[in-house]
Amino acid sequence: MGTRTSNRLAAFIRPITESAVAVAIGLIVGAFLMLAFGYDPIRAYAAMFAGAFGSTSGILESLAFATPLMATAVTFAVGVRASLFNIGAEGQMYIGALAATVVGGTILMPAGVHPIVATIVAMCCGALWALPAALLKTWRGVHEVVSTIMLNWIAFWFVTFLIRTYFAEPGRAERAIPAVATARYPVIGGTLTAMIFVVVIFCIAVTILLWRTGIGFELRLVGDNPEAAKYAGASSSRAILTSFVVGGLAAGLAGASQVLGRPPSWTIYATLGNLLNLGFDGIGVALIGMNHPIGGIFAAIFYGGLAHGGRFMEYNVGVASELVDAINGIIVIALSMPEVIRIIRRRRES
Amino acid sequence: MRRLQWYLITAIITVAVMFIISLAGFEPFGLIETGLLAMTPLALAAVGECLNEQAGTVNVGMEGIFLITAVLGVYWAEIFDSGLYGLLLGAATGGLIGLVFGIACVHGKANQVIAGMGLNIMALGLGPYLLMSIWAFPGIHIFPRQLMLQPVRFMIGEVYFSISAVTIVAIVVAVLAYLLLHRTLLGIRIRAAGENPIAVDVAGINVGHVRILMCVIGGALAGLGGAFMPLAWFGGVVKEISAGRGFIALAAVVFAGLDPLLALAAAFIFGFSEGVAFTVVVSPGVKEIIPFYFVQMAPYFVTLLILVAAIGGKKFPRALGKPYVRE
Repeated sequence: MGTRTSNRLAAFIRPITESAVAVAIGLIVGAFLMLAFGYDPIRAYAAMFAGAFGSTSGILESLAFATPLMATAVTFAVGVRASLFNIGAEGQMYIGALAATVVGGTILMPAGVHPIVATIVAMCCGALWALPAALLKTWRGVHEVVSTIMLNWIAFWFVTFLIRTYFAEPGRAERAIPAVATARYPVIGGTLTAMIFVVVIFCIAVTILLWRTGIGFELRLVGDNPEAAKYAGASSSRAILTSFVVGGLAAGLAGASQVLGRPPSWTIYATLGNLLNLGFDGIGVALIGMNHPIGGIFAAIFYGGLAHGGRFMEYNVGVASELVDAINGIIVIALSMPEVIRIIRRRRES
Repeated sequence: MRRLQWYLITAIITVAVMFIISLAGFEPFGLIETGLLAMTPLALAAVGECLNEQAGTVNVGMEGIFLITAVLGVYWAEIFDSGLYGLLLGAATGGLIGLVFGIACVHGKANQVIAGMGLNIMALGLGPYLLMSIWAFPGIHIFPRQLMLQPVRFMIGEVYFSISAVTIVAIVVAVLAYLLLHRTLLGIRIRAAGENPIAVDVAGINVGHVRILMCVIGGALAGLGGAFMPLAWFGGVVKEISAGRGFIALAAVVFAGLDPLLALAAAFIFGFSEGVAFTVVVSPGVKEIIPFYFVQMAPYFVTLLILVAAIGGKKFPRALGKPYVRE
């Protein structure tokens, strides 16, 4: 009994240490990028972590940054579980945010119902935007990396068009119509709203779907072993479709979270500045979180801290906050080489 | 045969579009000029990726290479006060990224798609970071005009036609890549490394070295394309300069079934559609009806449509995307 518990513990801890090693590699390479341009990495990282987790307001902001990333991480993670590289969270999230703006900003509804309806519509629109990629994959075998990227760009221009023409706020050209008061999620503190609970519940729901239902089992079987899945009578088309739809719902939720659950704007900026890269950041978050929706929650909090802390790095040391995205990319590259990480870990242990 | 068929289709579409456009009162050669400019980075990256994938490694990080080399190409050009140096060092930078990527894939046994996406995500941050760190200005940098590479100009009939030397290089490179793959011993080894790496290993040739070499060449060509965009086309660099072009190049490769000459044709179709879209949109009578935003979508729509129309019946190397492990 004792060894079994310790084995399970080891199986739980191993991937966490792998993620930790990859994160360390990312931060070290980031430090070299700072040194290359004459910045002081120690001061920058100190400012970053103090800003992100050093105070209550910092923690609240970091959680607010983490909220959409938890959802977009689910998009990528559900894809990987079905052996797909669904990198369309970005575009699906734009569409979700647009739907949330339209429902939340132009339709009048009672206070309790409004945010729920707006969120559901946003999620469904996100899923709708994921469908073409799913159908192209099952029908014509078009690789999802290419199709989802094309859909991302089409979504970018489509949403930009609509929010600058039909849904622009009169007199304030820099943004779309904000969600009305009845459509907003209650604020917890800072820019953190109750939206974070919705997203966490969604992540738990996806976990249950993946590990406790027949649909989820089929999805993971197709992802793990397509040959065995075929002999077991699992439908790979259905698994692909499920994966894309769940991913689209998640991305739509991420978009809604930026509109219905993010003060002070409660809307989309005309440049899409408050949405850009949330989908791509979700890829790194999903990988750090071991492609598990629950792991993604913790990875998102960590990454939300980097994203929020990055602003302090910029104020205090002058390092452009975009470096955080570069560090995320390096973490992803490190995580793509699990064997190398394992070797590093073994050396440190022995 | 398939290649000839697609060349004919490309030619017919091009001529038809040019005819329709000239009826509407546009200069058809201007369209070809813009189309060739837009084609060049796509073609360079696509040909590089063809070589890359023939040897068995997929690099989906060309978007990232475009972005990084576009910024650094301008940086080198300003340091050495020469657009040509910028172009060449941009290619060298791309080759270096390809080298790192190749080593990660071969010796790190990386999941290639994830590593490539990591490269893209890194570039999303590194591009703006470099813009800020080098020129202390967010998101955009316009360099002195004299660094721009001047196109080659000549007369056709009574109109001037200008074409960038890099475009000619891209076409030559596509032909050379085809000859390399199908007419040389190295070409057989490259294709074998993708199709049957065990056989290459048994023949005493290092599979890893072949793959890394192709990654370097692929990266260098993408890097040349990346540096081309600001230095011979746009005249400045912005943080969204790659705008999905790395993935459009990837689509061209998939469409071409890893044939460099077909990839060139695909790159031309994609580039030409971008050229047409941008020429049409700024014209009076059209810009009032079709919003600018929809024209921006055109290249991505065309890419999706062509992928839908042309996929299937293609053979990709059997060991594509799989790290080679000696048993």
